[in-house]
Amino acid sequence: MKALLDSFRPGLTNREITPLQFFGKHGITIAFFLCVVIFSLTTDKFLSTDNFFKVVMQASIIGTIALGVTFVVIGGNLDLSVGSLLSFATVLVVDLHDKVGPGMAIPLMFVFTLLIGSVNGFLIGYLRLNSLIVTLGMLSAIQGITLVYTGGKNVDISNDENTWFDIFGRGDLFGIPVPALIFIVSAIVLQVVLLKTSFGRKVFAIGGNGTAALFSGLRRNRLVFSTYLLSAFTTACAALILGSRVMGSQNNVGQGYELLVLAGVILGGTSLLGGSGSIVRTVIGVLILALIQNGLQLLGYPYYSQWLVTWVVIIAAVWLDIAAKRGKLFSSY
Amino acid sequence: MHVETAQSNESANLQPDQKPLLRLKNVSKSFPGVKALDNVDLDVRAGEVHALLGENGAGKSTLMKILAGIYKPDGGEVILEDQLVTMSSPLEARDHGVLLIHQELSLVPDMSVAENVFLGNLPRFGGMLVNNRQLNQRCGEILERLNCKFQPTDPLGHLSIANQQMVEIARALVFQPKVVVFDEPTASLTDYEKVVLFGVIRELKESGTAIVYISHRMDEIFELSDRITVLRDGTYQGTFETAQTNEDEVTQCMIGRDLDADIEHEPPELGNKALKVDGLGIEGLYSDISFDVHVGEVVGFYGLVGAGRTEVMETIFGLRKPDTGSVQINGEDLVINSPCDAIDHGLGLVPESRKEQGLVLGMSCKDNTTLANISKFTKFGWIDTAAERTIFEEYMEKLRIKCPGWEYETLNLSGGNQQKVVIGKWLSTSPKILILDEPTRGIDVGSKSEIHHLIRELAKSGLAVIVVSSEMPEVLTVSDRIVAMYDGRITQCFDRNEVTEDTLIRAITGQTV
Repeated sequence: MKALLDSFRPGLTNREITPLQFFGKHGITIAFFLCVVIFSLTTDKFLSTDNFFKVVMQASIIGTIALGVTFVVIGGNLDLSVGSLLSFATVLVVDLHDKVGPGMAIPLMFVFTLLIGSVNGFLIGYLRLNSLIVTLGMLSAIQGITLVYTGGKNVDISNDENTWFDIFGRGDLFGIPVPALIFIVSAIVLQVVLLKTSFGRKVFAIGGNGTAALFSGLRRNRLVFSTYLLSAFTTACAALILGSRVMGSQNNVGQGYELLVLAGVILGGTSLLGGSGSIVRTVIGVLILALIQNGLQLLGYPYYSQWLVTWVVIIAAVWLDIAAKRGKLFSSY
Repeated sequence: MHVETAQSNESANLQPDQKPLLRLKNVSKSFPGVKALDNVDLDVRAGEVHALLGENGAGKSTLMKILAGIYKPDGGEVILEDQLVTMSSPLEARDHGVLLIHQELSLVPDMSVAENVFLGNLPRFGGMLVNNRQLNQRCGEILERLNCKFQPTDPLGHLSIANQQMVEIARALVFQPKVVVFDEPTASLTDYEKVVLFGVIRELKESGTAIVYISHRMDEIFELSDRITVLRDGTYQGTFETAQTNEDEVTQCMIGRDLDADIEHEPPELGNKALKVDGLGIEGLYSDISFDVHVGEVVGFYGLVGAGRTEVMETIFGLRKPDTGSVQINGEDLVINSPCDAIDHGLGLVPESRKEQGLVLGMSCKDNTTLANISKFTKFGWIDTAAERTIFEEYMEKLRIKCPGWEYETLNLSGGNQQKVVIGKWLSTSPKILILDEPTRGIDVGSKSEIHHLIRELAKSGLAVIVVSSEMPEVLTVSDRIVAMYDGRITQCFDRNEVTEDTLIRAITGQTV
């Protein structure tokens, strides 16, 4: 519990805090409650257990991926390949389901997804190539692999009545939807990993100052590699949820997810320069995105209006963050 | 006292044509934890080369950055041609005709020479399109004046460092400067290139430009300058007419005598050879480096910036791969491939730059302290925070780190305290051999002396210590033996008791004894 509480005050300092810095630090939490209040007041369908779980469900796929990507970003890198990696993993698990059965399909999907993640990790960690370029290239490369694999067709699970595979996307446990459960449990585990284990500490160090980490004997290449394995792993988990919920998959189902994931991470205040960030705040960031989507739907706005609102929210969040660091709202030069 | 003599002498001899063009009066500047300049005076006449001399950290560069509008002084006046001026940005300094030629080049490698020279000032057609013909023509005129062999259209990235330096000078000439400041311009030049540069400086001087020349190479200063002003620890020490002084007098003035007086130098009880380096070399950086360090002694590595000392230490620590040579620790031949290996073999390196290499500034004091041996505080991947706090608090007390608490970000500490956190980090790994690279650069006098005492104590307690430093007082204070390096090789090794400042200076400037 303390780990969770700690995460609300990243960068513990003893300085006095100006209002601007306060908003910079807690703006995301404030925004979250602001969203809740506004939507509760404007639509009566918003505040209900049903709708709450619906929001968490909506957030669970993006959110689960964002957990792994948070580690990558704290380590000072980017991962834009997760969108098409999600397509790849979902198509693979759905396609293999009918061919070898779910018991084999799931581990196979994890193996291949991690394999792709390790290619990212090798190129960025061991060859020290720029992560933006590598993962941007990967984004189209993996989409290409997926299209070759499916021959351009979409895949389906033919008999969706007679399989236990639906539990990940449609099942529930103690009344909680399994996707939400996967998301929440992974978030708690990874928050603890980030704050309480030496791995988490080292990831902060390589992102905060890679040179100093190297001089301190950390194996930077291996650590970067691990963060990409982790983001591939959480992407595989998300694919499990997605494939199971839809019981089929379009071959480009994850298109655009990489940006939503990154939006959630940025909204959570994780610095794109690396060295700071928090899982809990990423969760809140993703939840805000889902809240906006949900609230606008309930209010009857068209689906695409959320994109504009999301953009405004992200800009506001980033601006507040920068302004708090600079100590004023506008740059003087 | 020295200050007054220098000033009154001058005003007595002041002739009309020697009226200063530029005058700095009582300039002071503090950084958090350090007083970089304390009431410093400087006057420069038109048509003279005025050398500014001092050790690293004496305040030369700070003074010049104030002149160039990069720093704002805390107190004092800048008077240019009898006018009190304020220069709050490099642009404003440039408008006043004061230009600084940087130590590090600030050019754009992908652009042409002419574009670099006129960057921010490109000749245009009607304010829009760049007038390339005029650009290249005007640049060509300046290059001709500098006797440069390359063309305005050459890509800058293809030029040698020396020629890039010329481009940097050409860029200053565009503005027809009254004062040009050279900050260690010869650091990366060959002898021939130096001769060319000196020719250019003399030509500038004859055309009436005032030149401030910063260097700590004595031979250059005596070859080139008309007067010399000496700084030490941020204070003004005096101004000399070059023709009426000699290297000894100036060196004396530059070094001073205020060593940490109470540090004793009894010959240490030498233990085993902790570290033996034999014939180490990396092509293009340094060659044939052989020395050894015993348990219980401090070996000082003294030399100018760029002599290759840091690179040698980085090689021993596994950050660079040597082309030749071997390293033995406790009599055992080892291949150290990474800092991780080095730490496993009991090595520690307090690096040259604490902000870039020593600390993760956004992390707390405690987290930084345990970073190099986090595995010792970890059980099954789980960090024992309580143990971490204990060890940090232990070092906080031992090293007298002034900080509000273990969770305080190192970013907000003063330089001296930051450095102590880095030292604490390495001591917490219980090293057998500790290398400290410029351990007191840019930190205040008090912390400096504390760190010097600490280094002596560490050696006494059985560590083998190497101190790399560019400051002579520091090397003399802490070392039992001194290794002098110049231009990538060891020129001489001295015993602390038999070395004189004069021989040391000669050894590190390549003057053969």
